[in-house]
Amino acid sequence: MTNIYIKHGLRFLILVLLQVLVLNKVSINGFLIPYVYLLFILLLPFDTNKNYVLILGFFTGLTIDFFGNSLGLHAAATTLLAFARPVVLNFLFPKMEFLPHEEPNIGKLGLSGFLKYVFILVLINHLALIFLEVFNLHYFLSELLQVFLNAFFTTFSIIVLVILFSRNRIRYKR
Amino acid sequence: MRTLLLFFIKHRFFALFLLLEIVSALMLVNSYSYQRMLTFNAVNDLTGSILKTSANFKDYFSLRSQNDSLAAENARLRNRIETSFLNSDSTASASGRLFRYYSAHVVSNSVNHRNNYIMLDKGSLLGMTKEMGVVSSQGIAGIVIGVSPHFSLAMSLLHQNAFISARIKKNGQLVNVKWKTDDYRFGTVTDIPSYIMLAKGDTIVTSGNSLIFPKDIPIGTVVKYIANQHRNFNVAKIKFCTDFNSLHIVYLIKNLMINEQTNLLENRIP
Repeated sequence: MTNIYIKHGLRFLILVLLQVLVLNKVSINGFLIPYVYLLFILLLPFDTNKNYVLILGFFTGLTIDFFGNSLGLHAAATTLLAFARPVVLNFLFPKMEFLPHEEPNIGKLGLSGFLKYVFILVLINHLALIFLEVFNLHYFLSELLQVFLNAFFTTFSIIVLVILFSRNRIRYKR
Repeated sequence: MRTLLLFFIKHRFFALFLLLEIVSALMLVNSYSYQRMLTFNAVNDLTGSILKTSANFKDYFSLRSQNDSLAAENARLRNRIETSFLNSDSTASASGRLFRYYSAHVVSNSVNHRNNYIMLDKGSLLGMTKEMGVVSSQGIAGIVIGVSPHFSLAMSLLHQNAFISARIKKNGQLVNVKWKTDDYRFGTVTDIPSYIMLAKGDTIVTSGNSLIFPKDIPIGTVVKYIANQHRNFNVAKIKFCTDFNSLHIVYLIKNLMINEQTNLLENRIP
């Protein structure tokens, strides 16, 4: 039981540090930034209380905000992601059954299922992010392509990260 | 009221979601205007020291280019000291000093967001205050909006709220400079009177009207002049003198007579 807290706590720490110290400085094609810290919320176990997911989402976003001096921006967008998570899971996998503490990962959802799950939630997060940052509907519409590109980029980075770490575990077992 | 309460108890998940979004929104509104940013921001020593540790590693790899730019600046300054001139003009005495420069290292900086900030490793313990100017060795870089004991946070020129009063160097006309949030190398000069033609390569400098920056600090050079036939004011695209992607050492500028100047401005309007 404590094992699972340590695992997710460590994951939070590593993802946040990776995000604020390395990935926030990445700039491919101007504005594309991979927000892989979202993976922490995405990989929380299925049976986590929905309210806890919301609160965790809020504080994860707030931590990123503290480092980027954008108080409230990521907090709002990540809370929205946490709110949408159970809805999207229900919509994509209505008949799936879960064991206690099981995570929504590639092994459980399959590669294409996991891809859809990650992309939809990341897109929701990024739409909120850009809209709140510019707070101007005209400008927001002209940025839509950029939002989609960034969502693809974030999803790609998340999948790469997940595959890297799950391959490690398989090798370890042998 | 009772039904509303019952609704929220029944839909606790949704109520919590709304609450958290409202809290975020309350924090977020402070980033939409320069004045609000000044009174409310999240500079603190904890995030500063974590970012500084990482900046120390990175600085190591750019020592050579930093040295080059500092040596170039030294040479430029040596050309300006009194002994470099035949007839030195000593009307500027120390008691009349208006601005004082402090050097600082950049702890964190970004160019890829729509609102960019520069964090510096000098804070209130060394006398840094809000609304000090930040310049690089090439030109203007930002304005301090918050200080903690050991760090200060500056709004980069690459920020939606940045609006700099500037001058066209060759004829002294007042204009304004903004960043259009697309490319960190280029900015926009607005409010150019329509009878003024700008050529490629013309320099835009600070106006000295703002109490924050001394006059004649370079901002950028014109790369494209866009005449607008329907309005009285034209715009131009400029290339910033400062390379925001490689900021390492910057200077903080303190206005030593700011109290006197603001008092004068306030008393003028009864």
